[in-house]
Amino acid sequence: MRTAQPGLVQTVLAPIVFGVAVIVLWQALVTGLAIKAFILPAPFAIGAEFAGNLSNVASGMAVTGRNSLIGLVIGALFGIALAIVAALARLLDEMVAPIVAALSVVPIVALAPVLYTMFGAGAETARQLVAALAVFVPVYFNTLRGLRQVRPVHRDLMRAYAVTSWQATRAVTLPTALPYVFTGLRVASSLAVISALIAEYFGGPVGGLGKSITSAASSSNYGLAWAYVLGSIILGLLFYCAALAVEKLATRRSGG
Amino acid sequence: MTNTTSVPAVDIHGVSRIFAARKGPGVTALDDVSLTVAPGEFVSLIGPSGCGKSTLLRLVADLDVPTSGSIEVFGKPARQARIDQDYGIVFQQAGLLPWRTVAGNIELPLELHGVGKAARRRRAAELITLVGLSDFASHYPDQLSGGMQQRVAIARSLAESPSLLLMDEPFGALDEMTRERMQNELVRICAETQAAVVFVTHSIPEAVFLSNRVVVMSPRPGRIRSIVSVGLGDVSGRGEGLRENEGFFHSLSEVRDLLHGDDAAGASENQAGARGVETR
Repeated sequence: MRTAQPGLVQTVLAPIVFGVAVIVLWQALVTGLAIKAFILPAPFAIGAEFAGNLSNVASGMAVTGRNSLIGLVIGALFGIALAIVAALARLLDEMVAPIVAALSVVPIVALAPVLYTMFGAGAETARQLVAALAVFVPVYFNTLRGLRQVRPVHRDLMRAYAVTSWQATRAVTLPTALPYVFTGLRVASSLAVISALIAEYFGGPVGGLGKSITSAASSSNYGLAWAYVLGSIILGLLFYCAALAVEKLATRRSGG
Repeated sequence: MTNTTSVPAVDIHGVSRIFAARKGPGVTALDDVSLTVAPGEFVSLIGPSGCGKSTLLRLVADLDVPTSGSIEVFGKPARQARIDQDYGIVFQQAGLLPWRTVAGNIELPLELHGVGKAARRRRAAELITLVGLSDFASHYPDQLSGGMQQRVAIARSLAESPSLLLMDEPFGALDEMTRERMQNELVRICAETQAAVVFVTHSIPEAVFLSNRVVVMSPRPGRIRSIVSVGLGDVSGRGEGLRENEGFFHSLSEVRDLLHGDDAAGASENQAGARGVETR
Protein backbone atom coordinates (compact mmCIF):
# COMPACT_ATOMS: atom_id res chain seq x y z
CA MET A 1 0.00 0.00 0.00
CA ARG A 2 2.75 2.41 0.86
CA THR A 3 5.00 3.21 -2.03
CA ALA A 4 7.32 6.15 -2.44
CA GLN A 5 5.34 9.09 -3.78
CA PRO A 6 6.86 10.39 -7.00
CA GLY A 7 7.38 14.14 -7.02
CA LEU A 8 4.85 16.68 -8.24
CA VAL A 9 6.97 17.32 -11.30
CA GLN A 10 6.75 13.70 -12.34
CA THR A 11 3.05 13.14 -11.70
CA VAL A 12 1.58 16.41 -12.92
CA LEU A 13 4.04 18.33 -15.00
CA ALA A 14 5.41 15.48 -17.13
CA PRO A 15 2.07 14.39 -18.65
CA ILE A 16 1.08 18.02 -19.27
CA VAL A 17 4.31 18.76 -21.11
CA PHE A 18 3.88 15.58 -23.13
CA GLY A 19 0.26 16.40 -23.98
CA VAL A 20 1.09 19.91 -25.12
CA ALA A 21 3.95 18.59 -27.25
CA VAL A 22 1.64 16.07 -28.94
CA ILE A 23 -0.98 18.74 -29.68
CA VAL A 24 1.61 21.12 -31.12
CA LEU A 25 3.08 18.35 -33.25
CA TRP A 26 -0.42 17.32 -34.42
CA GLN A 27 -1.27 20.93 -35.33
CA ALA A 28 2.04 21.32 -37.16
CA LEU A 29 1.52 18.10 -39.12
CA VAL A 30 -2.05 18.98 -40.17
CA THR A 31 -1.10 22.51 -41.27
CA GLY A 32 2.29 21.56 -42.71
CA LEU A 33 1.06 18.60 -44.78
CA ALA A 34 -2.32 20.23 -45.54
CA ILE A 35 -4.27 17.21 -44.29
CA LYS A 36 -7.99 17.42 -45.16
CA ALA A 37 -10.40 17.96 -42.30
CA PHE A 38 -12.38 14.77 -43.04
CA ILE A 39 -9.23 12.72 -42.53
CA LEU A 40 -7.93 14.48 -39.46
CA PRO A 41 -8.94 17.98 -38.33
CA ALA A 42 -6.38 20.17 -36.60
CA PRO A 43 -6.56 20.25 -32.79
CA PHE A 44 -7.15 23.98 -32.68
CA ALA A 45 -10.10 23.57 -35.08
CA ILE A 46 -11.55 20.87 -32.80
CA GLY A 47 -10.93 23.12 -29.81
CA ALA A 48 -12.71 26.02 -31.52
CA GLU A 49 -15.72 23.79 -32.35
CA PHE A 50 -15.71 22.46 -28.80
CA ALA A 51 -15.70 25.96 -27.34
CA GLY A 52 -18.29 27.21 -29.85
CA ASN A 53 -20.72 24.34 -29.16
CA LEU A 54 -20.00 23.97 -25.49
CA SER A 55 -23.65 23.89 -24.44
CA ASN A 56 -24.54 21.28 -27.09
CA VAL A 57 -21.59 19.08 -26.11
CA ALA A 58 -22.43 19.52 -22.45
CA SER A 59 -26.06 18.55 -22.96
CA GLY A 60 -24.93 15.54 -24.99
CA MET A 61 -22.64 14.58 -22.14
CA ALA A 62 -25.53 14.96 -19.71
CA VAL A 63 -27.81 12.66 -21.74
CA THR A 64 -25.19 9.95 -22.31
CA GLY A 65 -23.82 10.39 -18.79
CA ARG A 66 -27.26 9.92 -17.29
CA ASN A 67 -27.80 6.69 -19.25
CA SER A 68 -24.35 5.44 -18.24
CA LEU A 69 -24.91 6.25 -14.59
CA ILE A 70 -28.32 4.56 -14.45
CA GLY A 71 -26.84 1.54 -16.21
CA LEU A 72 -23.86 1.52 -13.88
CA VAL A 73 -26.04 1.58 -10.77
CA ILE A 74 -28.48 -1.08 -12.01
CA GLY A 75 -25.73 -3.37 -13.31
CA ALA A 76 -23.63 -2.96 -10.17
CA LEU A 77 -26.55 -3.65 -7.83
CA PHE A 78 -27.50 -6.79 -9.71
CA GLY A 79 -23.87 -7.90 -10.02
CA ILE A 80 -23.14 -7.47 -6.31
CA ALA A 81 -26.42 -9.01 -5.18
CA LEU A 82 -26.09 -12.05 -7.40
CA ALA A 83 -22.44 -12.51 -6.39
CA ILE A 84 -23.38 -12.51 -2.70
CA VAL A 85 -26.07 -15.12 -3.33
CA ALA A 86 -23.69 -17.19 -5.46
CA ALA A 87 -21.00 -17.01 -2.76
CA LEU A 88 -23.46 -18.26 -0.16
CA ALA A 89 -25.02 -21.01 -2.27
CA ARG A 90 -22.58 -23.17 -4.15
CA LEU A 91 -25.39 -24.77 -6.18
CA LEU A 92 -26.63 -21.42 -7.42
CA ASP A 93 -23.09 -20.45 -8.36
CA GLU A 94 -22.80 -23.55 -10.50
CA MET A 95 -26.19 -22.89 -12.07
CA VAL A 96 -25.44 -19.25 -12.86
CA ALA A 97 -21.80 -19.59 -13.93
CA PRO A 98 -22.44 -20.75 -17.53
CA ILE A 99 -25.09 -18.06 -18.04
CA VAL A 100 -22.79 -15.30 -16.83
CA ALA A 101 -19.96 -16.72 -18.91
CA ALA A 102 -22.22 -16.68 -21.96
CA LEU A 103 -23.27 -13.13 -21.14
CA SER A 104 -19.64 -12.04 -20.91
CA VAL A 105 -18.87 -13.12 -24.48
CA VAL A 106 -21.97 -11.53 -26.01
CA PRO A 107 -21.02 -8.27 -27.73
CA ILE A 108 -23.54 -6.46 -25.58
CA VAL A 109 -24.02 -3.44 -27.84
CA ALA A 110 -25.18 -5.90 -30.49
CA LEU A 111 -28.25 -6.35 -28.31
CA ALA A 112 -29.11 -2.67 -28.76
CA PRO A 113 -31.29 -3.06 -31.90
CA VAL A 114 -33.22 -5.87 -30.24
CA LEU A 115 -33.75 -3.81 -27.11
CA TYR A 116 -34.89 -0.79 -29.13
CA THR A 117 -37.61 -2.97 -30.63
CA MET A 118 -38.57 -4.20 -27.16
CA PHE A 119 -38.73 -0.84 -25.38
CA GLY A 120 -39.54 1.50 -28.28
CA ALA A 121 -37.18 3.75 -30.18
CA GLY A 122 -38.30 6.82 -28.26
CA ALA A 123 -37.05 5.70 -24.86
CA GLU A 124 -33.57 5.71 -23.33
CA THR A 125 -34.32 2.38 -21.59
CA ALA A 126 -32.52 0.27 -24.18
CA ARG A 127 -29.29 2.25 -23.77
CA GLN A 128 -29.44 2.05 -20.00
CA LEU A 129 -29.98 -1.69 -20.19
CA VAL A 130 -27.04 -2.12 -22.55
CA ALA A 131 -24.85 -0.21 -20.08
CA ALA A 132 -26.24 -2.23 -17.17
CA LEU A 133 -25.48 -5.53 -18.92
CA ALA A 134 -21.95 -4.41 -19.73
CA VAL A 135 -21.43 -3.38 -16.10
CA PHE A 136 -22.95 -6.50 -14.60
CA VAL A 137 -20.29 -8.95 -15.82
CA PRO A 138 -17.10 -7.40 -14.36
CA VAL A 139 -18.86 -6.40 -11.13
CA TYR A 140 -20.27 -9.90 -10.66
CA PHE A 141 -16.97 -11.68 -11.28
CA ASN A 142 -14.89 -9.32 -9.18
CA THR A 143 -17.32 -9.35 -6.26
CA LEU A 144 -17.57 -13.13 -6.28
CA ARG A 145 -13.81 -13.39 -6.35
CA GLY A 146 -13.53 -10.92 -3.48
CA LEU A 147 -16.03 -12.82 -1.37
CA ARG A 148 -13.81 -15.90 -1.68
CA GLN A 149 -10.64 -14.15 -0.52
CA VAL A 150 -11.13 -14.58 3.22
CA ARG A 151 -7.78 -15.70 4.61
CA PRO A 152 -7.75 -19.06 6.44
CA VAL A 153 -6.34 -17.39 9.55
CA HIS A 154 -9.32 -15.02 9.64
CA ARG A 155 -11.72 -17.92 9.15
CA ASP A 156 -10.07 -19.75 12.07
CA LEU A 157 -10.26 -16.61 14.16
CA MET A 158 -13.98 -16.21 13.51
CA ARG A 159 -14.55 -19.84 14.43
CA ALA A 160 -12.50 -19.41 17.60
CA TYR A 161 -14.72 -16.43 18.48
CA ALA A 162 -17.79 -18.63 18.01
CA VAL A 163 -19.64 -15.86 16.17
CA THR A 164 -22.68 -16.26 13.92
CA SER A 165 -22.08 -16.50 10.19
CA TRP A 166 -23.68 -13.09 9.70
CA GLN A 167 -21.25 -11.55 12.23
CA ALA A 168 -18.34 -13.19 10.45
CA THR A 169 -19.63 -11.94 7.10
CA ARG A 170 -19.82 -8.39 8.39
CA ALA A 171 -16.54 -8.45 10.32
CA VAL A 172 -14.37 -10.19 7.74
CA THR A 173 -15.95 -11.36 4.48
CA LEU A 174 -17.46 -8.08 3.26
CA PRO A 175 -14.48 -5.85 4.17
CA THR A 176 -12.18 -8.37 2.47
CA ALA A 177 -14.33 -8.33 -0.67
CA LEU A 178 -14.68 -4.54 -0.82
CA PRO A 179 -11.47 -3.76 -2.76
CA TYR A 180 -12.47 -6.35 -5.36
CA VAL A 181 -15.95 -4.83 -5.69
CA PHE A 182 -14.43 -1.42 -6.29
CA THR A 183 -11.95 -2.75 -8.82
CA GLY A 184 -14.93 -4.25 -10.65
CA LEU A 185 -16.74 -0.92 -10.48
CA ARG A 186 -13.71 0.93 -11.83
CA VAL A 187 -13.48 -1.37 -14.84
CA ALA A 188 -17.27 -1.17 -15.25
CA SER A 189 -17.40 2.63 -15.09
CA SER A 190 -15.65 3.08 -18.45
CA LEU A 191 -17.61 0.18 -19.93
CA ALA A 192 -20.87 1.87 -18.92
CA VAL A 193 -20.01 5.04 -20.83
CA ILE A 194 -18.70 3.23 -23.89
CA SER A 195 -21.72 0.91 -24.06
CA ALA A 196 -24.31 3.65 -23.54
CA LEU A 197 -22.61 5.74 -26.20
CA ILE A 198 -22.20 3.00 -28.81
CA ALA A 199 -25.80 1.91 -28.22
CA GLU A 200 -26.87 5.31 -29.55
CA TYR A 201 -25.43 4.40 -32.97
CA PHE A 202 -28.15 1.78 -33.39
CA GLY A 203 -31.17 4.04 -32.96
CA GLY A 204 -33.21 5.69 -30.28
CA PRO A 205 -33.79 9.37 -29.48
CA VAL A 206 -31.32 12.10 -30.43
CA GLY A 207 -29.43 14.27 -27.98
CA GLY A 208 -26.70 11.96 -26.71
CA LEU A 209 -23.04 12.10 -27.67
CA GLY A 210 -23.19 9.03 -29.92
CA LYS A 211 -26.04 10.38 -32.03
CA SER A 212 -24.37 13.80 -32.17
CA ILE A 213 -21.10 12.32 -33.45
CA THR A 214 -22.86 10.45 -36.25
CA SER A 215 -25.06 13.37 -37.26
CA ALA A 216 -22.15 15.85 -37.23
CA ALA A 217 -20.02 13.49 -39.31
CA SER A 218 -22.82 12.79 -41.81
CA SER A 219 -23.25 16.54 -42.39
CA SER A 220 -19.49 16.82 -43.06
CA ASN A 221 -18.94 18.86 -39.93
CA TYR A 222 -15.83 16.94 -38.92
CA GLY A 223 -14.55 19.48 -36.42
CA LEU A 224 -17.85 19.27 -34.56
CA ALA A 225 -17.85 15.46 -34.69
CA TRP A 226 -14.41 15.50 -33.09
CA ALA A 227 -15.59 18.02 -30.52
CA TYR A 228 -18.25 15.48 -29.48
CA VAL A 229 -15.59 12.76 -29.42
CA LEU A 230 -13.62 15.02 -27.08
CA GLY A 231 -16.78 15.30 -24.96
CA SER A 232 -17.02 11.50 -24.85
CA ILE A 233 -13.42 11.22 -23.73
CA ILE A 234 -14.05 13.75 -20.97
CA LEU A 235 -17.19 11.90 -19.88
CA GLY A 236 -15.39 8.55 -19.81
CA LEU A 237 -12.53 10.06 -17.82
CA LEU A 238 -14.99 11.61 -15.37
CA PHE A 239 -16.58 8.24 -14.73
CA TYR A 240 -13.25 6.50 -14.45
CA CYS A 241 -11.71 9.07 -12.12
CA ALA A 242 -14.79 9.16 -9.91
CA ALA A 243 -14.72 5.36 -9.61
CA LEU A 244 -10.96 5.42 -9.01
CA ALA A 245 -11.33 8.04 -6.27
CA VAL A 246 -14.06 6.03 -4.55
CA GLU A 247 -11.92 2.91 -4.85
CA LYS A 248 -8.87 4.61 -3.35
CA LEU A 249 -10.96 6.00 -0.53
CA ALA A 250 -12.58 2.69 0.29
CA THR A 251 -9.48 0.54 0.07
CA ARG A 252 -6.90 2.64 1.87
CA ARG A 253 -6.35 -0.15 4.37
CA SER A 254 -6.94 -3.33 2.48
CA GLY A 255 -3.29 -4.29 2.03
CA GLY A 256 -1.24 -6.41 4.41
CA MET B 1 1.17 -20.94 39.30
CA THR B 2 0.99 -24.65 39.99
CA ASN B 3 -2.55 -24.72 41.26
CA THR B 4 -3.42 -28.34 40.51
CA THR B 5 -6.29 -28.72 42.94
CA SER B 6 -9.02 -27.58 40.54
CA VAL B 7 -9.98 -29.12 37.18
CA PRO B 8 -7.16 -29.18 34.63
CA ALA B 9 -7.02 -26.39 32.06
CA VAL B 10 -6.72 -28.95 29.28
CA ASP B 11 -7.36 -32.67 29.50
CA ILE B 12 -6.57 -34.59 26.33
CA HIS B 13 -7.47 -38.24 26.53
CA GLY B 14 -6.57 -40.87 23.91
CA VAL B 15 -6.95 -38.49 21.00
CA SER B 16 -6.35 -39.60 17.41
CA ARG B 17 -6.84 -37.56 14.27
CA ILE B 18 -6.84 -39.26 10.89
CA PHE B 19 -7.09 -37.11 7.78
CA ALA B 20 -9.00 -39.01 5.14
CA ALA B 21 -7.24 -39.47 1.83
CA ARG B 22 -8.99 -39.99 -1.48
CA LYS B 23 -7.23 -43.31 -1.84
CA GLY B 24 -5.71 -45.53 0.82
CA PRO B 25 -6.06 -45.44 4.59
CA GLY B 26 -5.53 -41.73 5.15
CA VAL B 27 -2.89 -39.89 7.15
CA THR B 28 -2.65 -40.45 10.89
CA ALA B 29 -1.70 -37.02 12.19
CA LEU B 30 -2.16 -37.95 15.83
CA ASP B 31 -2.24 -41.39 17.36
CA ASP B 32 -3.59 -41.98 20.88
CA VAL B 33 -2.30 -38.78 22.47
CA SER B 34 -3.01 -38.01 26.12
CA LEU B 35 -1.90 -34.88 27.94
CA THR B 36 -3.03 -32.82 30.90
CA VAL B 37 -2.24 -29.15 31.38
CA ALA B 38 -2.74 -27.66 34.84
CA PRO B 39 -4.23 -24.20 35.35
CA GLY B 40 -1.50 -21.57 35.06
CA GLU B 41 0.96 -24.05 33.60
CA PHE B 42 3.07 -23.28 30.53
CA VAL B 43 3.38 -26.33 28.28
CA SER B 44 5.23 -26.37 24.96
CA LEU B 45 4.65 -28.86 22.18
CA ILE B 46 7.79 -29.46 20.16
CA GLY B 47 8.71 -31.86 17.40
CA PRO B 48 9.70 -32.04 13.75
CA SER B 49 7.28 -31.08 10.97
CA GLY B 50 4.43 -33.54 10.65
CA CYS B 51 4.38 -34.60 14.30
CA GLY B 52 0.88 -33.21 14.71
CA LYS B 53 1.65 -30.50 17.24
CA SER B 54 -0.35 -27.84 15.40
CA THR B 55 -3.13 -30.35 14.79
CA LEU B 56 -3.27 -31.05 18.52
CA LEU B 57 -3.56 -27.33 19.26
CA ARG B 58 -6.33 -26.92 16.69
CA LEU B 59 -8.20 -29.80 18.30
CA VAL B 60 -7.97 -28.14 21.72
CA ALA B 61 -9.27 -24.93 20.11
CA ASP B 62 -12.09 -26.90 18.46
CA LEU B 63 -11.00 -25.60 15.07
CA ASP B 64 -10.89 -29.29 14.13
CA VAL B 65 -12.51 -32.40 15.60
CA PRO B 66 -10.63 -35.53 16.75
CA THR B 67 -11.35 -38.81 14.98
CA SER B 68 -11.42 -40.52 18.36
CA GLY B 69 -10.72 -39.68 21.98
CA SER B 70 -11.90 -36.75 24.05
CA ILE B 71 -10.66 -33.25 24.84
CA GLU B 72 -11.86 -31.27 27.81
CA VAL B 73 -11.04 -27.66 28.53
CA PHE B 74 -11.74 -26.61 32.15
CA GLY B 75 -13.88 -29.71 32.52
CA LYS B 76 -16.10 -29.03 29.48
CA PRO B 77 -15.95 -30.47 25.97
CA ALA B 78 -13.68 -28.43 23.67
CA ARG B 79 -16.68 -27.25 21.63
CA GLN B 80 -18.43 -25.85 24.68
CA ALA B 81 -15.20 -24.19 25.82
CA ARG B 82 -14.93 -22.49 22.44
CA ILE B 83 -18.53 -21.30 22.58
CA ASP B 84 -17.93 -20.04 26.13
CA GLN B 85 -14.74 -18.28 24.97
CA ASP B 86 -12.57 -19.98 27.57
CA TYR B 87 -9.40 -19.59 25.55
CA GLY B 88 -7.51 -16.96 23.61
CA ILE B 89 -5.62 -17.95 20.49
CA VAL B 90 -2.58 -16.67 18.58
CA PHE B 91 -1.54 -18.04 15.21
CA GLN B 92 1.78 -17.97 13.40
CA GLN B 93 0.43 -15.18 11.22
CA ALA B 94 -0.80 -12.23 13.25
CA GLY B 95 -4.05 -12.37 11.25
CA LEU B 96 -4.96 -8.76 12.01
CA LEU B 97 -7.74 -7.08 10.06
CA PRO B 98 -5.86 -4.56 7.87
CA TRP B 99 -8.77 -2.10 7.78
CA ARG B 100 -8.82 -1.75 11.56
CA THR B 101 -6.38 0.16 13.74
CA VAL B 102 -4.33 -1.52 16.47
CA ALA B 103 -6.99 -0.57 19.03
CA GLY B 104 -9.76 -1.68 16.66
CA ASN B 105 -8.13 -5.06 16.19
CA ILE B 106 -7.77 -5.60 19.92
CA GLU B 107 -11.40 -4.57 20.44
CA LEU B 108 -12.62 -7.00 17.76
CA PRO B 109 -13.43 -9.99 20.03
CA LEU B 110 -15.03 -7.67 22.61
CA GLU B 111 -17.09 -5.99 19.91
CA LEU B 112 -18.24 -9.33 18.47
CA HIS B 113 -19.28 -10.48 21.93
CA GLY B 114 -21.31 -7.39 22.65
CA VAL B 115 -19.08 -5.52 25.12
CA GLY B 116 -20.06 -1.85 25.39
CA LYS B 117 -17.99 0.82 23.68
CA ALA B 118 -16.57 2.46 26.81
CA ALA B 119 -15.54 -0.86 28.37
CA ARG B 120 -13.99 -1.89 25.06
CA ARG B 121 -11.92 1.28 24.85
CA ARG B 122 -10.70 0.87 28.39
CA ARG B 123 -9.71 -2.78 27.95
CA ALA B 124 -7.93 -2.10 24.66
CA ALA B 125 -5.96 0.74 26.23
CA GLU B 126 -4.89 -1.55 29.09
CA LEU B 127 -3.74 -4.26 26.72
CA ILE B 128 -1.93 -1.85 24.43
CA THR B 129 0.07 -0.71 27.45
CA LEU B 130 0.66 -4.34 28.46
CA VAL B 131 2.25 -5.20 25.11
CA GLY B 132 4.12 -1.90 24.96
CA LEU B 133 2.45 -0.30 21.94
CA SER B 134 1.06 2.83 23.59
CA ASP B 135 2.31 5.07 20.81
CA PHE B 136 0.73 2.94 18.09
CA ALA B 137 -2.91 2.59 19.17
CA SER B 138 -4.25 4.41 16.11
CA HIS B 139 -1.78 2.92 13.63
CA TYR B 140 -2.86 0.39 11.03
CA PRO B 141 -1.28 -3.09 10.82
CA ASP B 142 0.57 -2.27 7.60
CA GLN B 143 2.41 0.47 9.47
CA LEU B 144 3.80 -2.00 12.01
CA SER B 145 6.72 -4.44 11.95
CA GLY B 146 6.10 -8.19 12.13
CA GLY B 147 6.99 -8.27 15.82
CA MET B 148 4.62 -5.41 16.62
CA GLN B 149 1.81 -7.07 14.67
CA GLN B 150 2.32 -10.25 16.65
CA ARG B 151 2.19 -8.25 19.89
CA VAL B 152 -1.17 -6.85 18.76
CA ALA B 153 -2.33 -10.42 18.09
CA ILE B 154 -1.25 -11.43 21.60
CA ALA B 155 -3.07 -8.45 23.09
CA ARG B 156 -6.16 -9.40 21.09
CA SER B 157 -5.98 -12.96 22.43
CA LEU B 158 -5.88 -11.59 25.99
CA ALA B 159 -8.82 -9.21 25.46
CA GLU B 160 -11.34 -11.35 27.28
CA SER B 161 -8.92 -12.38 30.04
CA PRO B 162 -8.91 -16.08 29.12
CA SER B 163 -7.51 -18.60 31.60
CA LEU B 164 -6.01 -20.51 28.69
CA LEU B 165 -3.85 -19.24 25.86
CA LEU B 166 -3.29 -21.36 22.76
CA MET B 167 -0.28 -20.26 20.72
CA ASP B 168 0.62 -21.86 17.40
CA GLU B 169 4.22 -20.91 16.59
CA PRO B 170 3.47 -17.26 17.33
CA PHE B 171 7.10 -16.19 16.92
CA GLY B 172 7.90 -18.54 14.04
CA ALA B 173 8.04 -15.79 11.44
CA LEU B 174 10.14 -13.38 13.50
CA ASP B 175 13.89 -12.81 13.40
CA GLU B 176 15.96 -14.20 16.26
CA MET B 177 16.45 -10.93 18.15
CA THR B 178 12.80 -9.95 17.99
CA ARG B 179 11.94 -13.47 18.94
CA GLU B 180 13.96 -13.45 22.18
CA ARG B 181 12.52 -10.08 23.12
CA MET B 182 9.01 -11.39 22.49
CA GLN B 183 9.74 -14.45 24.62
CA ASN B 184 10.82 -12.24 27.51
CA GLU B 185 7.62 -10.23 27.12
CA LEU B 186 5.49 -13.36 26.97
CA VAL B 187 7.02 -14.56 30.23
CA ARG B 188 6.12 -11.22 31.82
CA ILE B 189 2.59 -11.25 30.37
CA CYS B 190 1.97 -14.82 31.56
CA ALA B 191 3.13 -13.89 35.03
CA GLU B 192 0.67 -10.98 35.03
CA THR B 193 -2.32 -12.85 33.60
CA GLN B 194 -1.82 -16.22 35.35
CA ALA B 195 -3.16 -17.99 32.26
CA ALA B 196 -2.26 -21.54 31.31
CA VAL B 197 -0.48 -21.69 27.95
CA VAL B 198 -0.21 -24.38 25.32
CA PHE B 199 2.59 -23.26 23.04
CA VAL B 200 3.56 -24.91 19.75
CA THR B 201 7.10 -24.27 18.56
CA HIS B 202 9.93 -25.50 16.38
CA SER B 203 12.62 -24.04 18.57
CA ILE B 204 14.20 -25.97 21.43
CA PRO B 205 15.56 -22.94 23.34
CA GLU B 206 12.21 -21.22 23.00
CA ALA B 207 10.38 -24.22 24.42
CA VAL B 208 12.83 -24.65 27.32
CA PHE B 209 13.00 -20.96 28.15
CA LEU B 210 9.23 -20.51 28.32
CA SER B 211 7.86 -23.74 29.70
CA ASN B 212 7.17 -25.59 32.89
CA ARG B 213 7.00 -28.73 30.78
CA VAL B 214 8.12 -29.49 27.24
CA VAL B 215 6.16 -32.14 25.36
CA VAL B 216 8.43 -33.79 22.80
CA MET B 217 6.52 -35.30 19.89
CA SER B 218 7.54 -37.66 17.10
CA PRO B 219 6.08 -37.81 13.59
CA ARG B 220 4.26 -40.35 11.43
CA PRO B 221 2.12 -41.09 13.30
CA GLY B 222 2.12 -38.10 15.65
CA ARG B 223 2.76 -39.30 19.19
CA ILE B 224 4.09 -37.92 22.44
CA ARG B 225 7.60 -39.32 22.85
CA SER B 226 8.35 -37.87 26.25
CA ILE B 227 7.58 -34.98 28.55
CA VAL B 228 10.47 -32.99 30.02
CA SER B 229 9.88 -31.05 33.22
CA VAL B 230 12.00 -27.95 33.05
CA GLY B 231 13.20 -27.30 36.59
CA LEU B 232 13.85 -23.62 36.15
CA GLY B 233 11.43 -22.45 38.79
CA ASP B 234 8.45 -20.19 38.51
CA VAL B 235 7.81 -18.79 35.05
CA SER B 236 7.32 -15.36 36.61
CA GLY B 237 10.89 -15.36 37.86
CA ARG B 238 12.41 -15.96 34.45
CA GLY B 239 14.56 -13.28 32.95
CA GLU B 240 17.19 -12.79 30.32
CA GLY B 241 19.84 -14.25 32.68
CA LEU B 242 18.18 -17.63 32.50
CA ARG B 243 19.45 -18.16 28.97
CA GLU B 244 23.00 -18.46 30.45
CA ASN B 245 21.88 -20.74 33.28
CA GLU B 246 23.31 -24.25 33.79
CA GLY B 247 19.83 -25.79 34.21
CA PHE B 248 18.71 -24.15 30.97
CA PHE B 249 21.49 -25.89 29.02
CA HIS B 250 20.78 -29.15 30.78
CA SER B 251 17.10 -29.10 29.76
CA LEU B 252 18.12 -27.96 26.30
CA SER B 253 20.28 -31.04 25.72
CA GLU B 254 17.67 -33.30 27.29
CA VAL B 255 15.01 -32.11 24.83
CA ARG B 256 17.48 -32.27 21.98
CA ASP B 257 18.44 -35.86 22.79
CA LEU B 258 14.77 -36.85 22.92
CA LEU B 259 14.10 -35.28 19.55
CA HIS B 260 16.91 -37.38 18.13
CA GLY B 261 15.70 -40.56 19.74
CA ASP B 262 15.05 -42.47 16.55
CA ASP B 263 18.44 -41.90 14.98
CA ALA B 264 20.53 -42.30 18.11
CA ALA B 265 22.88 -44.53 16.13
CA GLY B 266 24.11 -41.63 14.05
CA ALA B 267 25.89 -39.64 16.74
CA SER B 268 27.30 -37.11 14.33
CA GLU B 269 23.84 -36.34 13.05
CA ASN B 270 22.75 -35.75 16.63
CA GLN B 271 25.26 -32.97 16.85
CA ALA B 272 23.92 -31.41 13.68
CA GLY B 273 20.39 -31.32 15.01
CA ALA B 274 17.20 -33.09 14.13
CA ARG B 275 15.71 -32.53 10.73
CA GLY B 276 12.97 -29.98 10.77
CA VAL B 277 13.83 -28.65 14.22
CA GLU B 278 15.75 -25.51 14.88
CA THR B 279 18.40 -26.12 17.49
CA ARG B 280 19.64 -22.58 17.73
